[in-house]
Amino acid sequence: MSTSQAYNEEKGGSSSLGEPEYGHDPASGGIFSSDYKRHDDLKEMLDSNKDSLKLEAMKRIVAMIARGKNASDLFPAVVKNVACKNIEVKKLVYVYLVRYAEEQQDLALLSISTFQRGLKDPNQLIRASALRVLSSIRVPIIVPIMMLAIKEAASDMSPYVRKTAAHAIPKLYSLDSDQKDQLIEVIEKLLADKTTLVAGSVVMAFEEVCPERIDLIHKNYRKLCNLLIDVEEWGQVVIINMLTRYARTQFLSPNQNESLLEENAEKAFYGSDEEDAKDDKTETASLVKRKPYVMDPDHRLLLRNTKPLLQSRNAAVVMAVAQLYFHLAPKAEVGVIAKALVRLLRSHSEVQYVVLQNVATMSIKRRGMFEPYLKSFYIRSTDPTQIKILKLEVLTNLANETNISTILREFQTYIRSMDKDFVAATIQAIGRCATNIGKVRDTCLNGLVQLLSNRDELVVAESVVVIKKLLQMQPSQHSEIIKHMAKLTDNIQVPMARASILWLIGEYCEHVPKIAPDVLRKMAKSFTNEEDIVKLQVINLAAKLYLTNSKQSKLLTQYVLNLAKYDQNYDIRDRARFIRQLIVPTEKSGALNKYAKKLFLAQKPAPILESSFKDRDHFQLGSLSHLLNAKAVGYQELPDWPDEAPDPSVRNVEVPEWTKCTSREKRKEKVEKPFYSDSEGESGPTESADSEPESVSESESESGSGTESGSGSGSEEEEEESGDQSEEEEKEKKKKKKKKEKELPRKASLESMGSSPSEEEEEGKKAKKKKPQHDRKGGSESSSEEGSVSESSSSESDSGSDAEDSQLETETKRRKMPPSSKPAPKAAKKGTKEISLLDLDDFTPPPPLPTSSSSLVSSSLVTDLEGLTLIDTSLASTVISPVFSSVKTYELLHRMTGEGLSVEYYFSRQPFAPDPHMVAVQIQFSNNTDSEVKNVRISEPKLLSGMRVQEFKEIESLAPGETTSVVMGIDFCDSTQAANFQLCTHTRQFYGAIQPPVGELMAPVFMSENEFKKEQGKLTGMSEITEKLTLPETCQSDHTIVQRVTSAANVSRVPCGADNEYRFAAKTVTSGSLVLITLEKKEGALAQLTVNSEKMVIGTMLVKDIIQALTQ
Amino acid sequence: MIHSLFLINAAGDIFLEKHWKSAVSRSVCDYFFEAQERASEAENVPPVIPTPHHYLLSVYRHRIFFVAVIQSEVPPLFVIEFLHRVVDTFQDYFGVCSEVVIKDNVVVVYEVLEEMLDNGFPLATESNILKELIKPPTILRTVVNTITGSTNVGDQLPTGQLSVVPWRRTGVKYTNNEAYFDVIEEIDAIIDKSGSTITAEIQGVIDACVKLTGMPDLTLSFMNPRLLDDVSFHPCVRFKRWESERILSFIPPDGNFRLLSYHVSAQNLVAIPVYVKHNISFRDSSSLGRFEITVGPKQTMGKTVEGVMVTSQMPKGVLNMSLTPSQGTHTFDPVTKLLSWDVGKINPQKLPSLKGTMSLQAGASKPDENPTINLQFKIQQLAISGLKVNRLDMYGEKYKPFKGIKYMTKAGKFQVRT
Repeated sequence: MSTSQAYNEEKGGSSSLGEPEYGHDPASGGIFSSDYKRHDDLKEMLDSNKDSLKLEAMKRIVAMIARGKNASDLFPAVVKNVACKNIEVKKLVYVYLVRYAEEQQDLALLSISTFQRGLKDPNQLIRASALRVLSSIRVPIIVPIMMLAIKEAASDMSPYVRKTAAHAIPKLYSLDSDQKDQLIEVIEKLLADKTTLVAGSVVMAFEEVCPERIDLIHKNYRKLCNLLIDVEEWGQVVIINMLTRYARTQFLSPNQNESLLEENAEKAFYGSDEEDAKDDKTETASLVKRKPYVMDPDHRLLLRNTKPLLQSRNAAVVMAVAQLYFHLAPKAEVGVIAKALVRLLRSHSEVQYVVLQNVATMSIKRRGMFEPYLKSFYIRSTDPTQIKILKLEVLTNLANETNISTILREFQTYIRSMDKDFVAATIQAIGRCATNIGKVRDTCLNGLVQLLSNRDELVVAESVVVIKKLLQMQPSQHSEIIKHMAKLTDNIQVPMARASILWLIGEYCEHVPKIAPDVLRKMAKSFTNEEDIVKLQVINLAAKLYLTNSKQSKLLTQYVLNLAKYDQNYDIRDRARFIRQLIVPTEKSGALNKYAKKLFLAQKPAPILESSFKDRDHFQLGSLSHLLNAKAVGYQELPDWPDEAPDPSVRNVEVPEWTKCTSREKRKEKVEKPFYSDSEGESGPTESADSEPESVSESESESGSGTESGSGSGSEEEEEESGDQSEEEEKEKKKKKKKKEKELPRKASLESMGSSPSEEEEEGKKAKKKKPQHDRKGGSESSSEEGSVSESSSSESDSGSDAEDSQLETETKRRKMPPSSKPAPKAAKKGTKEISLLDLDDFTPPPPLPTSSSSLVSSSLVTDLEGLTLIDTSLASTVISPVFSSVKTYELLHRMTGEGLSVEYYFSRQPFAPDPHMVAVQIQFSNNTDSEVKNVRISEPKLLSGMRVQEFKEIESLAPGETTSVVMGIDFCDSTQAANFQLCTHTRQFYGAIQPPVGELMAPVFMSENEFKKEQGKLTGMSEITEKLTLPETCQSDHTIVQRVTSAANVSRVPCGADNEYRFAAKTVTSGSLVLITLEKKEGALAQLTVNSEKMVIGTMLVKDIIQALTQ
Repeated sequence: MIHSLFLINAAGDIFLEKHWKSAVSRSVCDYFFEAQERASEAENVPPVIPTPHHYLLSVYRHRIFFVAVIQSEVPPLFVIEFLHRVVDTFQDYFGVCSEVVIKDNVVVVYEVLEEMLDNGFPLATESNILKELIKPPTILRTVVNTITGSTNVGDQLPTGQLSVVPWRRTGVKYTNNEAYFDVIEEIDAIIDKSGSTITAEIQGVIDACVKLTGMPDLTLSFMNPRLLDDVSFHPCVRFKRWESERILSFIPPDGNFRLLSYHVSAQNLVAIPVYVKHNISFRDSSSLGRFEITVGPKQTMGKTVEGVMVTSQMPKGVLNMSLTPSQGTHTFDPVTKLLSWDVGKINPQKLPSLKGTMSLQAGASKPDENPTINLQFKIQQLAISGLKVNRLDMYGEKYKPFKGIKYMTKAGKFQVRT
């Protein structure tokens, strides 16, 4: 307790002895020299070798900074420690640096090299923190260094570093705005980033640096919409606000076509709203010329993807979505936000304050929206006054003829409150209700008159002011009230109220002919003591009485005018002089005199009591400017809807757009499942980056957005046509080749059988459509081998997914298979035909395509989705380069049969760059003839459905005696079926077949022991195959076992705690299903082999192969 | 975005300042003090104060003003929500958030603030990540630190920020795996003079304390999920699953967190578990007023109402009160005019009552307002909305966790007008 006392005792800058660490700066009292001594202490501690001393010193310094004391003279001593090994010291030095570097620029430069070194660190977190501090040092000299660092970090492979780069952009911009152009380039680059981690930060940078460059958003619009739900909450707010503005420029108003009928109905229902009348006019005008409105699918996408965020726990996110709906949604849909906003009213009072302000604005425009929640705005005596007043505002806005009686009853309770400010506000609210709803005007007026006898002067004064306004509407019937109010002048002191009463009496002096002059007499008496506004009204009253009743008031008026003539306030002197000239007839001023009566006693329009929130919605709701009702610095106007929609195709994204990303980036950026996104976003990233758009949209049944061909190329329709043609061709060919097909090996029935011909045809069609895309991809990627390692979704996503997810995943996997078929259209046809005739199939039939209800999401959108990835993580399992052991070579064509040309192949176990679903096959041609072999190529592959072959480039010529090797990719669809094809040379054709051993159908995957166990836990029961075996003597050592297993199958070893166990993991190349192998050595030579895999067939075969490899 | 943060205590002293961009002079707070002076009470200080060059956005919690300085347009809720998050984080770190605690831990506070914002834009606000970066001080750790000179800064690099589940720490290990869920419902109600309900709604939350090893994946299902039509979730909850199946499926953060909050709106019928009979009257001529309150149970579903507490702000004219409670204790503060009566449990056989007289200012006329009665109570083992958890399942980990669920109903803003 003693410390707390110490804290309480000391005020502001003074320091007490109890806490020496806070009293270091010279200004804080005490003797000057001793203070310097203490600073010397700190310096000494900082110079010492002991980390603990340094730490202590830094802690004291930071405590000084925290209290706002100046510690800048320690700069040289502190900056020396920037490279300190101790993390906490380092962090505190950073804190110090960022605070004082600006003031000590030269010295700050000493630290730069440390950060530059940090930028090169292999650890992403260190790179990020170095960039963060470097960019926070506001020293103009290092602008070029910062620029360079940002540029570099923007293409870093770690999304976390890229995020930090995005954060650094506004920092640099505020330091040197000349860098804008270069920074925009970086922003453009980062906007294209696919990770949720970066999205929020880069949009923030965009908003700070170049909010006007809306064109940068086009290409990223759909991506941002889809990523939104997985972005961290603060990023969501920024993105939603930006997208609101974007949508206002790019789409048409969804409400432009509301029929006149509806509009009128609404108007009748809610009573008269002036604004409706205005709306009507514009609407009528616009209706004539406008075509029926169809919402842009992108507009719909935005609305749909933001809606779930109304459920966010973060009030700022909810508010952002609410304003988005208010500004962008069709009238009929805006209602959904009311519930969420009302829920926010339970939050902290500051949140309530902001939300109520916005609700107040909304409730003017769309009263119906909040009417069901009327009672949620009832006021409690414990609410803070500012909240009470806002709630009153909302209640008043919501009042209509049906609920006014309930509201007035509530108001009655409020008037008796102890909080007088609130009572005054209530009285005004009653006044507004009375003006808006004619039915209750008299009731309200009576109630207010009763308040005139209230003991509290404030209440009375407020009532007077309100009554004055009400009376103006129908004065003749209320002379009683005016009389009553005249009496109040004796007691009431509040200037505004006095002024109001005087004005009333003057205006309606004909209704109270006897009282008026008497009131003037009293006022003349006290004139000098009145406030200015009261004095002005006294002069007015005098003038009006002089005109109507000059006999009784002439002298009084003269007296008042004379008093006013010498008043201190020039307004009053002016007024008096003006009025005297006007009303008192003299020789000179004859002309105006005649009109004096008309001037003063003209009919005055009744004031309109309206909400202070009216028309505030021209500010973007939820913004600071809206709250203050004034334009804040840096506020971006919310543009009006355009009359003509700008070209929507600017948002289309070309496929190469995303395959273009650097190979380096891609390699690291494992595709990860966005954790919770629903709708399209979810299935998108489950696929590999190269996966088929179809599967994306198919797996998304709810979205209804699936346009089945999402190849993103504009030639969708053409392709479909050609697909149809090929169907017919197929049928013809089917008959012809029937016989041949029957001879095909029947072991093809692996998993399930029986798919209807029609489905097969569909597959064929799809396969065809696929082709151009693959070709393109192959082209763009073949240059970089690494480019394709980014597949293999399942294991990562499994780590964070539940039953449902994995179900969904398998579903997508299943669906993914059919479309993967051979690139050559011809071949595809054959393949499908074969199967349909044989009526057996490796694969489960594809589920029927969802009917694409409308092209809500255009094709390019779908491609957009594929590219979405979440952040990458060092934890998740990665596909790694294969473990290389002995290579087994298989013969494809013997020298004899090949007439001198011999062909061998082996499985290189390298990822096949153009398509990650393919197994790379290294083929070696040797020409043993003595003449040149030309035009070696593959033709007419005969493949089972789903299988695809990526041919190698034709070998133009092969000199005698020469050997060359090429790589081709085959997608075996995770089956051990052979891929058959013809090998052509310029003279002959040979029949060839490549049949993969089961061990080659997978790619190794790295995972930790825990992950392994977890995954294994999921793959039990049917998916687990166990076999006992006896290890031969030659195969007892660790090394041999590992070597034999890895040679039998393309797997990687998983670290394992127990030394009698071996674990290996891989995933199948096509579907990415995990294959987990466990070998447990038992007593003696006994061992047990367990394989866990969803693909039972692969599992069984693998067990056989491995046992064979181990026991041979 | 957020430029600077000032922490100001009730006495008007700035006891901590932190700048994320160039330092802003603390004299900017003078505008705040002005506004504070104008507002009679702390809670009436406007949350947004414009000044010539800056905007001050503030929240008031634990008798501390957290004043953020911003320079340009930013959604006010963004800042306010963030400031509340800061307070929550402090509370999470130090158990309480008070001036003394903040001053005692000023270095940790500073480090935490440094991590929470980068250039004024939120960077890490999940308490699980922050705790990985900077370990919260515990008595044991403080002792160890002083002896060994080790630090509060986490030495391993925080990978949580990079993970798909940013709210969960990695490598969590517990010997006892347990998951507790508290369903807490608060009734907000306004009861009018005659005892009829003007408005009543239920504000419910499910707070969880999950201490499970590894990466557990939990699903929580309800007997009657239809009740929950207005909910907000912790980001860990898979929204789509909820939409389609009405099941809460999530990978929980480690430790304490609020899983969801829900709102049963005024349109539904809400059972009011207690009633208050009152008779408060002032007479014009006399300087004595009569005061009588009785509290009784109404729809309690057979459960006992406990922790009952009655408070009432009496009118200014009341000088003193002489009251006798049939149970519990009562106090009346003649300065603030606040009457509070700690009732305790309600025994349905013998209803608690508080009777007596009020002495009024002599000569003054009777107060024209009647006091409002605020009520607090607790009912254990009951969720008044009828919400019931069906089951909790865990996937992804092999051990068997200990599961527990608790229901409680409390009074929220429960007012009786007289």
